[in-house]
Amino acid sequence: MSFHSKNMAVMEGSMAIARAVRDARPGVIPVYPITPQTHIVEFLAEMVANGELDAQYIRVESEFSAASVLFGAAAAGVRAYTASASQGLALMTEVIFSLAGSRLPVVLTGCNRQLSSPISLQPDHQDTVLLRDSGIIELYVESAQEAYDTHLQAFKIAEHPAVRLPVLVCVDGYVLTHVFEPVSTLYQEQVNAFLPPYQPQEYLTPENPLIYGAYTDDQTALEMHYLTYQATLRAKSVIECVAREYESLFGQYHGGLIDTYRLDDAEVALVAMGSMVSTLREAVDRLRRQGRRVGLVKVRSYRPFPTEALRDALAKVPAVAVLEKSLSRGFQGVLSADVKAALYHAARRPLVLGLMAGYGGREMTLGTVDEVVARAYQAVGQGCVEEDCVFLNLRKEILPEGIAQ
Amino acid sequence: MKLHYAFLVRPRTSLDSKTGTWRLSRPVLDKSKCSRCGICELYCPDVCIVAASDDYAIDYDYCKGCGICAHECPTGAIEMIPEEM
Repeated sequence: MSFHSKNMAVMEGSMAIARAVRDARPGVIPVYPITPQTHIVEFLAEMVANGELDAQYIRVESEFSAASVLFGAAAAGVRAYTASASQGLALMTEVIFSLAGSRLPVVLTGCNRQLSSPISLQPDHQDTVLLRDSGIIELYVESAQEAYDTHLQAFKIAEHPAVRLPVLVCVDGYVLTHVFEPVSTLYQEQVNAFLPPYQPQEYLTPENPLIYGAYTDDQTALEMHYLTYQATLRAKSVIECVAREYESLFGQYHGGLIDTYRLDDAEVALVAMGSMVSTLREAVDRLRRQGRRVGLVKVRSYRPFPTEALRDALAKVPAVAVLEKSLSRGFQGVLSADVKAALYHAARRPLVLGLMAGYGGREMTLGTVDEVVARAYQAVGQGCVEEDCVFLNLRKEILPEGIAQ
Repeated sequence: MKLHYAFLVRPRTSLDSKTGTWRLSRPVLDKSKCSRCGICELYCPDVCIVAASDDYAIDYDYCKGCGICAHECPTGAIEMIPEEM
């Protein structure tokens, strides 16, 4: 039974996120503004001021404080939320490791924007990928609708007894936060049935003092890291189950750990995360019409990484082209390195190309995808991949003398 | 001991936790040199020098070995001896 279409409206991506957060009824929202996250927290401030949302809206003096207030609120047993971007997420990093290690189920929005230097406002995934080793769950969305639905799912995943970890919903700055799209939202009773009030297993009160983040030594720290690691792996099935439950209740499904598109007989599989996936769907249709057997895998959950799902999805594909928006300097693209690691123990290993596409905010067009697919077919013809990391559309003519190959 | 999934522990008071285990060296009082002036008792930041009837005793359960007592003693009656590790 779906009531979904009754509440359809055109709204900004930031408004879709703010409404999802409002509907999830958090008790504490600590906020420090940063472009392109600002609209989300402005909408939430308005909702609190108008009495639509009964939450403590706390203006703090830095993102480090925002994450610390999030920690305190969650430790006191309250559902808590914040959003940030770029340098703000980098400043939160220390606290995010603590949130994960203390197993506090908060939700954050990461509005993807490049990290300095050089300073820039354009979106790529470097800022959220920076947090991948912390124990936080990272979900990447491709539309305003998916942003709304995934934020509601995020609270449920975070608070699941088998998980109890922070969740970061990653949305590309501007492309998702500032663009207006039709979005179906839920009625409050529907959300309440899907996401009951948070029931903490334990929480701080003056009567029942507890120590979070207590001292471990060489006899206990390894076991604690193992426990958190196991929880991140258990989250895989929880993410799938929550996505399917949401679909059965409300008729919206955007994938679990991954989503696939026209992959069945594909010779080339494109792999990507975030808003780029929507462009790639169109590119796949266009290339199919031209007789190119191209399919698509969307990585929706980047942490936990969908190792088994990718092995299954890519088992029969000769070449995989990873279009990526984050770079490990001194190595290669971050997503393609992870995809290669996931496929290493597969019975048949496809060729994997890593291509920086949309990195640094450079626009990725249908023409860019044509070039990617041409390179993938060329690799299949040669039986090997020549370069680990290709910078697509690199403007060699503006580089200093002697740099460009 | 079984670990809690988030390593939450109950705070304990120093009645349970003997903080003197941190000590690297211990003050030893030579009673023959002691003039019973009470300066060491006044200076000890952890109230570990305890006046008995006409004597002083050192509470090694909580003394952290800072050495202020030995430094302040006007008759040199307190010596800091390294703890065996």
